[in-house]
Amino acid sequence: MRVLFPFFTVIVLVLLAFAGVKMANLHFLFGVIIPYAAITVFIAGFIYRVVGWGRSPVPFRIPTTCGQMESFPWIKQNKLENPSTTLGVIGRMLLEVLFFRSLFRNIKTEFREGPKFSYGSDKWLWMAGLAFHWSFLIILIRHLRFFFLKVPYLIHVTESLDSFLQIGAPLFYITDALILGAVTFLVLRRFLIPQVKYISLAADYFPLFLILTIAATGVLMRYFSKVHIVGVKELAMGLVSFSPAVPEGIGVLFYIHLFLVCVLFAYFPFSKLMHMGGVFLSPTRNLANNNRAVRHINPWNYPVHVHTYEEYEDDFREKMKKAGLPVEKE
Amino acid sequence: MAKGPNKEELSKLDYTLPSTEWMDTPVEFKPGTFCWGAKGKNLQTVEFPNARDWTPVEDDWKLPQEWEGTVLEAMADRLSKYRSFKLFMDICVRCGACADKCHFYIGSGDPKNMPVLRAELMRSVYRKYFTTPGKILGRLAGARELNVDVLKEWWYYFFQCTECRRCSVFCPYGIDQAEITMMGREFLNLLGLNTDWISGPVANCYMKGNHLGLEPHAIMNSIEGMIDDIETITGIRINPSFNRKGAEILFVTPSGDLFADPGTFTAMGYMMLFHELGLDYTWSTYASEGGNFGFFTSNEMAKRLNAKIYAEAKRLGVKYIIGGECGHMWRVLTQYMDTWNGPADFLEVPVSPITGTRFENSKSIKMIHVAEFTADLIKHGKLKLDPSRNDNLKLTYHDSCNVARGMGMMEEPRYIIKNVCNNFYEMPEDTIREKTFCCGSGTGLNASENMELRMRGGLPRANAVKYVHEKHGVNMLANICAIDRATLKASMEYWVPQVSVTGLHELVANALIMTGEKERETNLRGEPLPGKEGN
Amino acid sequence: MYDSGKIIAGLIVFVLLVTFPFISNMGKASAKPKPSIDTPVINEMAVKKCVEPKEFMRAEHMQLLNNWRDSVVRNGDRIYVNTAGQSYNMSLQNTCMNCHSNKKKFCDECHNYMAVNPYCWSCHIQPKEQPNEQPKENML
Repeated sequence: MRVLFPFFTVIVLVLLAFAGVKMANLHFLFGVIIPYAAITVFIAGFIYRVVGWGRSPVPFRIPTTCGQMESFPWIKQNKLENPSTTLGVIGRMLLEVLFFRSLFRNIKTEFREGPKFSYGSDKWLWMAGLAFHWSFLIILIRHLRFFFLKVPYLIHVTESLDSFLQIGAPLFYITDALILGAVTFLVLRRFLIPQVKYISLAADYFPLFLILTIAATGVLMRYFSKVHIVGVKELAMGLVSFSPAVPEGIGVLFYIHLFLVCVLFAYFPFSKLMHMGGVFLSPTRNLANNNRAVRHINPWNYPVHVHTYEEYEDDFREKMKKAGLPVEKE
Repeated sequence: MAKGPNKEELSKLDYTLPSTEWMDTPVEFKPGTFCWGAKGKNLQTVEFPNARDWTPVEDDWKLPQEWEGTVLEAMADRLSKYRSFKLFMDICVRCGACADKCHFYIGSGDPKNMPVLRAELMRSVYRKYFTTPGKILGRLAGARELNVDVLKEWWYYFFQCTECRRCSVFCPYGIDQAEITMMGREFLNLLGLNTDWISGPVANCYMKGNHLGLEPHAIMNSIEGMIDDIETITGIRINPSFNRKGAEILFVTPSGDLFADPGTFTAMGYMMLFHELGLDYTWSTYASEGGNFGFFTSNEMAKRLNAKIYAEAKRLGVKYIIGGECGHMWRVLTQYMDTWNGPADFLEVPVSPITGTRFENSKSIKMIHVAEFTADLIKHGKLKLDPSRNDNLKLTYHDSCNVARGMGMMEEPRYIIKNVCNNFYEMPEDTIREKTFCCGSGTGLNASENMELRMRGGLPRANAVKYVHEKHGVNMLANICAIDRATLKASMEYWVPQVSVTGLHELVANALIMTGEKERETNLRGEPLPGKEGN
Repeated sequence: MYDSGKIIAGLIVFVLLVTFPFISNMGKASAKPKPSIDTPVINEMAVKKCVEPKEFMRAEHMQLLNNWRDSVVRNGDRIYVNTAGQSYNMSLQNTCMNCHSNKKKFCDECHNYMAVNPYCWSCHIQPKEQPNEQPKENML
């Protein structure tokens, strides 16, 4: 169920787009209305979720320190793993967000008879994760060529670097292979590693299946079953300039691709995919470890009932006096 | 350990998963893997709800009426108070990077001890009541209802987590299981579901000032006994003061150091060092606890216990505070105390009276770690040390979880060790510093009835010790944590009996050449010093 | 501690990034490409047809040209027989550009629109029409 349900959901989504465009001729719905709706839900939902987190305060400064703290001048601080300044925190966050620093630490615990444990470096998840996320980002940037009449330089550079192998025509993109490989790896490890399979939910498989299908339809369109690409750009330009028009003869594969992307965007804010926004807010990473030097304020700090010294002395006065301890009241 | 758990059985680890999905696998209270329930009188002492005697293995937990509502209300409240909690409920992608990082999972093979799954125990309920997909799709969205079985599962597994934060080092989003366990324990506590081993010390600490419940004269007696021992060994009679107004420094250490070996040797170490320096310091019988079992109970309880330290510093009119060797104590002091009970504007920025070093990194909390204090002394050459007195030791060092991952003091203790001992060997890199393994019994899990779980949780640490024992002949495990000194002692006796446990300042005191001391024949343990064995 | 300032700033950056295509196209009319077949050679043709049907050429011309290149350069085979059985000389300059002598109005019209920079002209000499706009940057 945890695998089959998301699997069939993706298939149903594909069929829905196919039927909607090919049979019911709902080009305007799939080409214009759904994309507008999806991007609206994405932006509004994303903001809603982040604001939701933001409404809860960070009552305590709880960085997970992963290196030597700021100490004497003669002890070298690990300024990135245990930052005590904002600059250090920015460095730590950049490493985390851009290069998945924490995942890079991953080690594999192996059990042998004895009992004996050994710990080996295990970078596969890090590599696949990095390949997947960076490919996704580069692919997104590449797609921006559909949204600009004069395509910005950065997009050209990204595009030409991605295709620098100059294989085939149209040129083969490295990230196309990377994303398919990486997502396949991420799916397979959920199937094959028993522990990971045990913890996986439908919500873990669904985005993987969805993204895999999106990537696959994209690859199909580019290399194998081409669509009317000038028409695609006309549609995209119409959308971003708020004068939507649906050109003739784009090809149903494109609408399937677009519909799945819309589903991904609309699904995003309500799912674990929000880790994209969440990683920036994680209090164990985005705070400086300067607690002892700078007081952190808890907005809901409230007075509590304590057992005061006076009460304590009342309890033990005689015993204290007998033991020769000074007391406040004789 | 005559009645200890079967070592052969514990050595056969099985990571095979149950055939049923985790939501369909009921919790089983295996003897030796959980603590006794809290006693009603201890909960009453600190005005906790649903105070009554209860037993975890009985079916009826004597829960209050409408307990589900209490938990869900508290959950909503904490979600609005803690960004960490809310975020960590939402953003886990279940990548599994944390799974084999938990000492309890490594040592038990129970999948619900994978941090990700332990968190899912809570997340599944969160989804059911606080997220739209969970409300609509239910189990398909990984959501489930809160019922007695779920509650029991929470209790079992949130008391199988030592809040050591090792998982959070490896999590790509920094999700910290400790935050989730802390919330879980808060909710359980609202229903009177604490453990005896935690609620007892909490009540003690609240009323008597320390976890062990030592009354003022008992504290003094205990210290008197140490002073006698110190005199026997060194010929020097030292004269510490208690509750003395006008002292420069208040010294606070975990009460475990006053109670049992090898903690007492550490306490002797502090006193010898402070005496040699002529430090103007005082003990307090009111704030006689550095540790904070309230931290394993609820945020409020932790604050209530912690308040005594600043209150006492203010009453006595000291300039600043030095804290002894303890793990979670330093997490609480570093990350919570100032926020709860500060600002300590009646204190001064700590300045070592011996070296003049100003501890800028503690300028707000005005409390320094004794290891910082000592490292600074050694760096300035203020101590006469003879490390050869520790030559009978081959030493390794265990980073306490909280000091490593909640503070980041890694080098100071090592610097001290290298100056007071000649034979020091590090354990494998993946088991020390920020990747250090928990002793296996932190957060109040070190009850004797919980021995199987403790030995399982302690296995990864013990295994790394065993490795250096076999490779380098290591026979002593140093640490800076009172709980470690109690729990590692047990786990070493069980897994690596050739290795003993010591606090850092015991080593310092052994090496310390005191002014006017007689020629020492033995170390603080009464064992002959190296080269004096024949005498 | 809420850090609302930082969160709001972050959200503004997020919204700007996501809506960047919308913002930068605000108020701009989108011109569609209209490749022209108005050349002397094509105008003289009785039946205006390419080597393959228009739809095929529109989607697959890059693949076709790639195949031609491989065939000529690697196998020395210069004869292309199309789906209708007619033979053509496989030559970009002598066959394609003979009819489509208006590179700027024909090739570049869509290529520029789609922001693709085929590397045909890094080896071939560009046809001599009005001086062409160079691609923005040299492709590798």
